Amino acid sequence: MTRPLVAVLDYGIGNLHSAQKALERGGADARLTADRSLIADADGVVLPGVGAFGACMDALRRVGLDEAAADAVSSGRPFLGICVGMQMLFSASEEDDGAVGLGIIPGVVRWIPPGPKIPQMQWNVLHISQPADPMLQHLGDEPWVYFVHSLHGVPDDPGVVAATVEYGSTLNAAFRLDNVFAAQFHPEKSSRPGLALLSNFVRICASPRSADDREVSA
Amino acid sequence: MRVARIIPCLDVDAGRVVKGTNFVGLRDAGDPVELAARYDLEGADELVFLDITASSDNRDTTIDMVHRVADQVYIPFTVGGGIRTLEDARRMLRAGADKVSVNTAAVDRPELISEIAAEFGVQCVVCAIDAKRRVVEGRPWVAADGWEVYVHGGRTPTGRDAIEWAGEAVRRGAGELLVTSMDRDGTREGFDNELMRVIGGAVSVPIVASGGVGTLQHLVDGVLDGGADAVLAASIFHFQEHTVAEAKDVMAAAGITVRPAD
Repeated sequence: MTRPLVAVLDYGIGNLHSAQKALERGGADARLTADRSLIADADGVVLPGVGAFGACMDALRRVGLDEAAADAVSSGRPFLGICVGMQMLFSASEEDDGAVGLGIIPGVVRWIPPGPKIPQMQWNVLHISQPADPMLQHLGDEPWVYFVHSLHGVPDDPGVVAATVEYGSTLNAAFRLDNVFAAQFHPEKSSRPGLALLSNFVRICASPRSADDREVSA
Repeated sequence: MRVARIIPCLDVDAGRVVKGTNFVGLRDAGDPVELAARYDLEGADELVFLDITASSDNRDTTIDMVHRVADQVYIPFTVGGGIRTLEDARRMLRAGADKVSVNTAAVDRPELISEIAAEFGVQCVVCAIDAKRRVVEGRPWVAADGWEVYVHGGRTPTGRDAIEWAGEAVRRGAGELLVTSMDRDGTREGFDNELMRVIGGAVSVPIVASGGVGTLQHLVDGVLDGGADAVLAASIFHFQEHTVAEAKDVMAAAGITVRPAD
């Protein structure tokens, strides 16, 4: 199997090194890049993100990668959003009034309801709502994954929620919409379950078939 | 669900892990990458690397180490020691660290916390606070006298009150506080849990308790008595007196929710 080319969108924020290395360990030729032609050629695209929603959106737009991300999604290629990269796929966020997201997953990113310490900065158990999803195979029955977040995505269509987590209340932890998978947690920092998820992504990227065929074959 | 974290701390000097007693008298305890990988396998929730020499000569050595750790270990890790500028923080984070811990430079110039938080988010700024109980002559220690912040690896008193500094650090954007008791560090007598409780009660962000762990029960006490969100220890893990998995078993038996070791 040739190594699929995975473009990790580099728009100048935080730590992308771990995501790249974890994808390579999963068998990808993973590149940190802002090169739109490379992104257009990639077999799969990863949108990472840490920090504030508005600042990440501004940084993404400044280098023109908002359009590159939208193009990648509409092309039907496997697309993975991580943490604030996941949040940016939504329409808007309560974190920054007026900041507009990519609007790929209709819905709003909302503050974690009051009660527990915010941010949630800890490992927690992922409750998988879509056990057949190819991204969620081989993670174990009750995978522990690492979260750092103060907000979570609330989609208009609850059917796109792929996994949840209990933290004071039930929060949405992962989403599936067609070729897009999005995780609030950090798979690149979630040890073996996280590496399994990223390996799944690489495997899906390596498949030459459509997203629908991939689901069947997984 | 609130889940307590166990964080082995690796004090690093020129690319090797060492551990001091009261921050002096260092003993060599091994290679950082090897130790990090072992802790990951044992179920460590995060790692902290403190570059205790932090001279500019060793800066590139540390960045190289951060790179190598990030290549091989897929759990969150923090790098501290000698982070004096936004550029220092940027280099560590770009090399693969998830968080940076600031201490002396933040006390000298608190804007450093705001600057790192503005660029990278509050989640990656840890403010390390080394605190020592104020002893007032002629009377036994009482809480009203508080704790004083020390800097330069615990050598220099600042006159600043630790609770007050904790509040300012969080207002400026610290997403987590790593609180070390200078009275307990290296003594193996357990955390200063009163210090942890008082600081934890004063701020909203997670508290990592540090300084003084000698037994696994001390880790339990840090969570149940000190109210800490995470407990940090070095020598009990480095010298293989206990594994992280054993620590988790003891914590779970005490009723604390932990991520089980594999």
